[in-house]
Amino acid sequence: MHALMLPHSSHYDEMLLSSGAVRPHYQGFAEWLQAQTPEALSRKREEANQRFHRVGITFSVYGDESGAERLIPFDTIPRIVPAAEWRALEAGMRQRVKALNAFLHDIYHDHAIIKAGIIPAEQVFTNAQYQPAMQGIDLPDQIYAHITGVDIIRHADGQYYVLEDNLRVPSGVSYMLENRKMMMRLFPELFARHAVGVVDQYPALLLSTLRQASRIDNPTVVVLTPGHYNSAYFEHAFLAQQMGVELVEGRDLFVRDDHVYMRTTAGHKQVDVIYRRIDDAFLDPLAFRPDSMLGVPGLLSAYRQGNVILANAIGTGVADDKSIYPYVPEMIRFYLGEEPLLNNVPTWQCRKQEDLQYVLEHLDELVVKEVHGAGGYGMLIGPVASEAEKQLFRDKLAADPAGYIAQPTLCLSSCPTFVEAGIAPRHLDLRPFVLSSGKDITMVPGGLTRVALKAGSLVVNSSQGGGTKDTWVLED
Amino acid sequence: MMLSRTADHLFWMGRYMERAENLARLLEVSHAISLMPRSHNGGAEISAPLALTGRLEDFQSRHDGTEPAQVLHYMAYDLGNPASILSALRSARENAHAVRGKISSDMWMSLNASWLEGRKLAEQGEDFQWFFDWVKERAHLFRGATYSTMRRSDAFYFLRLGTFLERADNTARLLDVKSHLLPDQQSADSTDYYTWSTLLRGLGAFEAYHETYRDTLNGKRVFDLLLLREDMPRSLRACFDEIRQALAQIQGDNGRPARRLATELNAALEFTAMDEVFDEGMHPFLRRMLGEINRLGESIQRAYLEAA
Repeated sequence: MHALMLPHSSHYDEMLLSSGAVRPHYQGFAEWLQAQTPEALSRKREEANQRFHRVGITFSVYGDESGAERLIPFDTIPRIVPAAEWRALEAGMRQRVKALNAFLHDIYHDHAIIKAGIIPAEQVFTNAQYQPAMQGIDLPDQIYAHITGVDIIRHADGQYYVLEDNLRVPSGVSYMLENRKMMMRLFPELFARHAVGVVDQYPALLLSTLRQASRIDNPTVVVLTPGHYNSAYFEHAFLAQQMGVELVEGRDLFVRDDHVYMRTTAGHKQVDVIYRRIDDAFLDPLAFRPDSMLGVPGLLSAYRQGNVILANAIGTGVADDKSIYPYVPEMIRFYLGEEPLLNNVPTWQCRKQEDLQYVLEHLDELVVKEVHGAGGYGMLIGPVASEAEKQLFRDKLAADPAGYIAQPTLCLSSCPTFVEAGIAPRHLDLRPFVLSSGKDITMVPGGLTRVALKAGSLVVNSSQGGGTKDTWVLED
Repeated sequence: MMLSRTADHLFWMGRYMERAENLARLLEVSHAISLMPRSHNGGAEISAPLALTGRLEDFQSRHDGTEPAQVLHYMAYDLGNPASILSALRSARENAHAVRGKISSDMWMSLNASWLEGRKLAEQGEDFQWFFDWVKERAHLFRGATYSTMRRSDAFYFLRLGTFLERADNTARLLDVKSHLLPDQQSADSTDYYTWSTLLRGLGAFEAYHETYRDTLNGKRVFDLLLLREDMPRSLRACFDEIRQALAQIQGDNGRPARRLATELNAALEFTAMDEVFDEGMHPFLRRMLGEINRLGESIQRAYLEAA
């Protein structure tokens, strides 16, 4: 028997009501859980840890001098999503990603949404992520974001909200796949009792998306990594291997006559599609940061000539920027003529005087984020912040209001999770991965569930001690 | 066809794993010989691994004298010594990490675990003999995982190139150190018996010697076995043959000079008799061989591994 600490009624729990009753889609799991001894489950967790270490599913932490590699803590209680909820999420993400691609094409071509007065021009053109070099370049099927990671949370009202669209180099999909592999290894009997949607086909879908991104018939695809000291290197190597394509570093590639080649033991070979896991700024030292050793000199020129495809395209960052995020519902209406299916989080844009006023007056209730921040760094969580932290942000807001947005403190939903004291509710989010090609938009049923392991914490990022769970989308 | 950088990592992954095993074998031999009753020779014997790996000066700058335990610790566990076993395990693992998509997960897990566990054994200060046996077992395990799971593609052959180039180098160096012990005629001296039997056991060739010659141990035959016998997996001849075969399998025309050199070396040993080696002198012969191995390595480097 396991004593499950009950969730607080102030937020939504994926498995339990605050009375302790189990939600219908968790019934089967709850029965199974109660039939296991704590010792057996603890052995399984130990087995999982050892295996992750052996397989080397680790990440390196920036600033850790020892260069040690850490495991992202893995929790063996899955996050279960009912079939009907997933269908709604899937339709919403499809719509959203379609609109975001249309937006990117528009701002690098005719600027219709700006001319229509829906988004202020300066919000786009003065954005650091906007790449003037992309103006007027025609991409096959007008796809900019081939791979999108959509961060979704569930609020206390039981509704899903999109927190962020990751259109640059979203990571984490390897953990989605490895977590599933691990759960099936540890608890095969659970999969016999539940119809869990299959996610294994993701690398095949990704490869087909990348191949379709090119106008060429049988394109040569590669994965471009910053190298094996990068924190996400495991994922780069994993995806390259699963797709059966070369994993290259910048120094393996060179540009001649506006075509990209890789250096091989049998001479040069032309490269047609690059799934790049390097930020825009590091792609080409001739065009962007001249001190970058990670990129390929001349790559931008080859790209502009249409001789190589980059996935994602250069300059997608402008569309997932926190200052553009508030406009996504408008984009959906403008480009698709549809009402948004997924909720956006209400957002105050501190660049607007009246919004800034409101934010300063309600600092206790709000989350303030840097517009260009990522990874959970540089944000203020009002309800738990100290007076000194709040003062720091008041100063920051006064100095650079346009650099910040604020949102209500969303109560991320929780899910029972193994902690030292037993099983307790911990907050989590969900990142499904959406693949876009000219033909269709596809995704596997599932995603990466990240969980904040500290009691009460809302920060799920692995760089700040977050863990992960397997995500089960049930089939009807 | 594969990336030059990938080939380079595979080549060095093979070399470092082979190096770890050879070091364990070498240290085992030196350790055993230094324990002989006639221990006035023990000091020289235990410092042989330092001289062989070019670390004598560095060791002396850090330690007074050559206590066997200090030498063994420095050569087995010290990560500050790039020529130690643990450093080799780390380098093998680092190279594998950079190409983990190109090797089977069995191979990767075996190398990764060797490094993780090896580091733990070093921290615990595990008994040396036990550690050497463990290193040999890890090498066997990696080899087994490689042979039974890796596709026979260019990646496999670059790995073998690294392995056998390292082994050829090691065998030649090891024999060179012992060449001064070679008597002109059969010796019944018990010290020599101990030296040769320890050497053979260290190289896993003790049983093969007796099966091949059905006679008492003698230095000349030990050299014959480890230089010219093509059926001995650690002999110089067998290493050249493996390198020649691996080069023949790699696609493309880049490697012609390397292939020619490997074929020449293999043929030279095939048609050489021990008497001719002795006429040249064992030490000059082995120095010449080490030079050729070095040349072969450079030519492989130029043909495949350097950025085009």
